[in-house]
Amino acid sequence: MSPWVIGFLTFILYPMVATFYFSFTRYDLLSSPEWYGIQNYVYMFTKDPNFWVAVRNTIWIIAFGVPLQIVLSIITAWMLTKPRRGMKIYRTIFFMPSLAPPVAVALAFVFIFNPRTGPINVVLNKLGWEDPPLWFFTAQWSKPAMLILTLWGIGGTMIIFLAGLLDVPQQLYEAAEIEGATGWQKFRHVTLPTISPVIFFSLVTGVIYGFQFFTQAYVASITVSGSSTSQAATSVGAPNESLMFYSVYLWQQGWGNFRMGYASALAWMMFLVTMVCTLILVKTSRRWVHYAGGGFR
Amino acid sequence: MRARGPTTDIGKTLAGIGTVTAWNVIPRPLPAAERRRRLLSSIATHSMLIVSSLMFLLPMVFVVTTAVMTDRQSLTRQIWPNPFVWSNFLDVFERIELWRYTLNTMAIATLSTVGVVLSSVPVAYALSRMNWRGRQATFILVLATLMLPFQVTIVPLYVIFVRLDWINTLLPLIVPAFFGDAFSIFLLRQFFLTVPEELSDAARVDGASEWQIMTRVIVPLAKPAIAAVALFNFLYNWNDFFGPLLYLIGNNRLWTLGLALSEFRTMHHVEWNLTMAASLMFMGPVIVLFFLAQRVFVEGVTLTGVKG
Repeated sequence: MSPWVIGFLTFILYPMVATFYFSFTRYDLLSSPEWYGIQNYVYMFTKDPNFWVAVRNTIWIIAFGVPLQIVLSIITAWMLTKPRRGMKIYRTIFFMPSLAPPVAVALAFVFIFNPRTGPINVVLNKLGWEDPPLWFFTAQWSKPAMLILTLWGIGGTMIIFLAGLLDVPQQLYEAAEIEGATGWQKFRHVTLPTISPVIFFSLVTGVIYGFQFFTQAYVASITVSGSSTSQAATSVGAPNESLMFYSVYLWQQGWGNFRMGYASALAWMMFLVTMVCTLILVKTSRRWVHYAGGGFR
Repeated sequence: MRARGPTTDIGKTLAGIGTVTAWNVIPRPLPAAERRRRLLSSIATHSMLIVSSLMFLLPMVFVVTTAVMTDRQSLTRQIWPNPFVWSNFLDVFERIELWRYTLNTMAIATLSTVGVVLSSVPVAYALSRMNWRGRQATFILVLATLMLPFQVTIVPLYVIFVRLDWINTLLPLIVPAFFGDAFSIFLLRQFFLTVPEELSDAARVDGASEWQIMTRVIVPLAKPAIAAVALFNFLYNWNDFFGPLLYLIGNNRLWTLGLALSEFRTMHHVEWNLTMAASLMFMGPVIVLFFLAQRVFVEGVTLTGVKG
C-alpha cells in the first residue's frame, strides 16, 4: 500500500491543492508565485475572448462527437452480432484504428484530407463535386474533419457495446417475440435497457475525454500552419482558432506563454465543469439506466 | 484447482464474443423459404459489414500507398504509387535518427509498464483480498482519481520536475509509474475479487504470509488481467504525446517517435511519403502486439467497460 500512498500524496493530492493555490496567483516559473486574488477567474470570464472560443469548440466536439460515437458504436457492434462467420476479422478491422498512435492518425488524416492532393478530395472531384471542402485548412470544415478522425477510432467503445449486446439474455427476445414485438420494439424495449449501463459509461467517459482532447488537434494545427516545434505556441488552434480546444488552450497558456497561474485556473474550471457534468449524468441516469442486478454492479 | 479459477469466467466471456451461434442453431431441417430468407439476410449483413470495413480500412490503405511514393508523387493527385519506392522505409532511418527515437519510446513504455505492474498489484491485492479499516474509503479514493483530468495536477507536477531538474530527462515519464496507477489498480482489483476466497484460506492454513499468498496464489491466477494491464500501459505510453511534449521537447536526443514524426515538416512542404513511412513504423509494434495478444485486448476492454 505505502508506495501508492506516497504516490497519491505527491502525484495527486499535493498537485491538486497546489493547482488550486496557483490559480489565485500569477506565476511564470522563473519568479515565485505572486498573489493575484480572483483576477485569473475574472479575466477568464469577462476579458478573455479566447477562453470562450475554446469552450465553444469543446462543446461542439462533445455535442456532435459523443452521441455520434455512441450511435455508430451500437450500429457496428450490432452488425457484428449478426454473421456466423468472419466476425473476428470484421471485429479486428473495426477495432485496430483505435489503437493507432494519435500523432500518426492526425498526420495521416491531414494528408488524406488535403484539399488539393488528398485522396478524399480527388475522389469527391471524380464524383462530380467541383469545389469540395478545404477540410483542415479552413475554419468552417476543420472541426467536421476532426470529428471524422475521432469517429475512425470508435473501436474501443464498439468492443464494449459488443460485449453488452451479447450479454442480453436470449429469453428476453424470445418472450418479446411471443408477445408479437416487431424488430424495432425488441430493440427499444429489450436491447436498449440492457445496454443502458454501457451507454451511460460511454457518455461519462466521452464528456471527460472531450475536455482532454489534445494531441490530434495540436498535431493537425501545427501541420497545416507549417510551423516548427518552437513556433507551436502561436500556431495551435489553426486554422483561425477553429481547433482551439480547451486542453489545447490550457497548454498554450501554460507552456506557450508561461502563464502557469492562469493555466491552473483553467484546469480547476475544467475540473469543476467535468464534475458537474458527471453529477448531472449520474442523477439523470437513475431514470434511464437499467441495472439487471438491481443496483450497483 | 486452476480450472475453477477466474480464467474460466473470462474464457466464457470470450467464447461468447467469438461465437454467437449457439442459440441460432436449431437442429431440424428448415423449409426452403426460410433457408432463402436466411441466405438473403446473411448476404445483407455481410455486404453491410464489408462496406463499413472498407471505410475503416481506407485511411490505412492511403497511408501505405503514400509511404511508398516518391516525395514528388505524394504531392500530386495520383492515388496509386508509381513507381513503388520501398526504400522510403530505409530513408527514414537516414533522415531522422529513427533508431534513437524508437529506443527512447521503447524505454519509456517498457519501464513505466514494469513500474505500474509492480506497484499496482500489491495495492489491488490489499484492496480486494485483505480486510482492514478504511479499505472501502481508499477504494473510493482510487475511483475518484480515475475520474480526475490530468490537467488538474499537471502544473504543480511540472514545477516539481523543474525543481528536481528532471526536465529534458526521461525520469518524469517513468518514475511516477512506480507509485501505482488508478486504472490498473481498479482493473486488477475487479479481477482479484473473482478468485475464490477458499484458495487464500487453504494457503493461510498452510502458514503462508499475505505476501506469499499474493505472489504464489493470486498472481499466477491473475495472469490474464496482469497481461491486460501491462498491454494497456505499454500502449498508452507508446502512443502518449502530451507527456513527452512537456518534458522532452527541449532535448531532441530524448525525443519519442511521436515528437520526432513532426521532424519531416520543413518550411515549404511536408515530406508526406517519409512521414507516412515513419508513421507506419510507429504503428508497427502496436499492430504486432495486437495480433499477439488479441484476446487479452478484447477481454481487457470489456472488463473495464461492462463491469465498471
